[in-house]
Amino acid sequence: MSMSAAIAPAKVEDLPAAPRDWLPILLVPILILLALPLVGSFPTWATLTIAGLAMGLIIFLVASGLTLVFGLMDVMNFGHGIFVALGAFVGVTTISMLGGWTASSSFALNLAAIGCAGLAAAVVAGTVGIAFERVMVRPVYGLHLKQILVTMGGMIVAEQVILALWGPEARPMMRPASLQGSFIFGDVAIEKFRLLAVCLGLAIFAAMFLLLNRTKLGLLIRAGVQDREMVEALGYRVRFLFIGVFAAGSALAGLGGTMFGLYQELVTTAIGAQMMVLIFIVIIIGGLGSVGGCFVGALLVGLASNYIGFVAPKVNLFSSILLMVLILLWRPQGLFPVAKR
Amino acid sequence: MNSSVQPLLALDGVHTHIGPYHILHGVDLAVAKGGITMLLGRNGAGKTTTLRTVMGLWHASAGTIRFDGNDISEFATPDVARLDIAYVPENMGIFSDLTVRENLFLAARKGPLDAARLDWIFGFMPALKTFWLQRAGLLSGGQKQMLSIARAMVEPRRLLLVDEPSKGLAPAIIQNLIVAFGALRDEGVTILLVEQNFNFASKLGDTVAVMDNGRVVHAGTMAALVADPELQARLLGLSLDSHQ
Repeated sequence: MSMSAAIAPAKVEDLPAAPRDWLPILLVPILILLALPLVGSFPTWATLTIAGLAMGLIIFLVASGLTLVFGLMDVMNFGHGIFVALGAFVGVTTISMLGGWTASSSFALNLAAIGCAGLAAAVVAGTVGIAFERVMVRPVYGLHLKQILVTMGGMIVAEQVILALWGPEARPMMRPASLQGSFIFGDVAIEKFRLLAVCLGLAIFAAMFLLLNRTKLGLLIRAGVQDREMVEALGYRVRFLFIGVFAAGSALAGLGGTMFGLYQELVTTAIGAQMMVLIFIVIIIGGLGSVGGCFVGALLVGLASNYIGFVAPKVNLFSSILLMVLILLWRPQGLFPVAKR
Repeated sequence: MNSSVQPLLALDGVHTHIGPYHILHGVDLAVAKGGITMLLGRNGAGKTTTLRTVMGLWHASAGTIRFDGNDISEFATPDVARLDIAYVPENMGIFSDLTVRENLFLAARKGPLDAARLDWIFGFMPALKTFWLQRAGLLSGGQKQMLSIARAMVEPRRLLLVDEPSKGLAPAIIQNLIVAFGALRDEGVTILLVEQNFNFASKLGDTVAVMDNGRVVHAGTMAALVADPELQARLLGLSLDSHQ
């Protein structure tokens, strides 16, 4: 665009098309297609793909809030995993309380049980999130080293509280009756729960996408991630926005905890810390502050972990790290770097 | 400036520290209601810091800032903005991932975008209409500057703080800026403009304040400064020659 365009309007047909960065998004289908010859068998590949997408979307639920929290206020919350653990335990308790619904063969009642568990997990994690922001995060704004220490410390304390409340032993988390087992299409077996996780994850991604792109609130969040000062200079209180995003992010992490518990069919207090590593890898791959990048990163991590776990189980110990290294070699700022001032 | 009329914005002995650095050393500045006040001075004189301190982006460690007679020294940035004070920072503060429309939509805090007002703005800045649905990050430097100023114009404001709008712009674009700021002045908006380009400043300014070493060292009318080359040379020194 030349400077003169500022004075005389350019003709519409002269306008450059807004370049969209498709390459990172294409990585997902490329990885899926590349895996087919490696895995060798189509039914196994299909099963692994659905498992990978389900895992990826659950990781996305947990990681999306954290990436926005970092983008909006430069806050490194190393305690985010606690909301996952809390969500998983609240979920397991709710599901065990709804034994009648989970044992029933009615799909609607089963779904309602998971819905209630997810909702309870989200409400509890969101509420604790608000308190966590007030007590742990607010005093250390702008102090990165202290943020890391304080939020990690907060996570240790919260883990012990969970141990005291729910006890030390691992809890099995049974999937409701009609969500056990698999759908069989020819030779391909697809676990019912994974399909549900994929649907839920996609629905939440779609809702978040619409919120961030079609509403004033969403535009303010995106603008705040790019230039917080300017959003404040336009007269908006970014602090309130941040508390809202922190609470929503914690609630989504709680929901993700319930889903991850059902995915593994087992809940331990370590579930949060265990997921934290994956979450950080995902938001670094995606580009700190980018929800779209977080989505693509989560799918890549979920898929790679499942494929590599099948093809070369030993390599799987560091498959996510390997993926992160490769992507950062290609794009050191992550897949979709957020333009900061 | 007529001293019997209360100024719209008045800084009284304002000191600002940024970390360990003492940047403003007691700034006294009065901006009269209506008209354009130019804040001149060499690099590092404290012009940008003055604007940022008024906006509450940095807080004064001493002194008072009054807007329309009320002390706003302790106000947080959003509360300053809600007094109808608009700010155009030196880096333009464009939300580059958002479209031109979305940038203006967020700036219209009080309600939906007013079509008639937009048409008035497009009169000075046709490029914004052309690139209405484009991501702002794709605009050229001059167009970004236009968008940044348009954000401050999209609703009527009482005071505009503009930091070096002419920096790095082609002369034709600067001419557009002069027209746009003139139109705002005619609308009754008070403008405080930080500038290095004396040529641009002298065409637009009604009054002028010159800063050096974190203080205001001269205040008066622009006409008097333009008419007195000796004063110009003394106050603006080398920066004057290099920016003409």
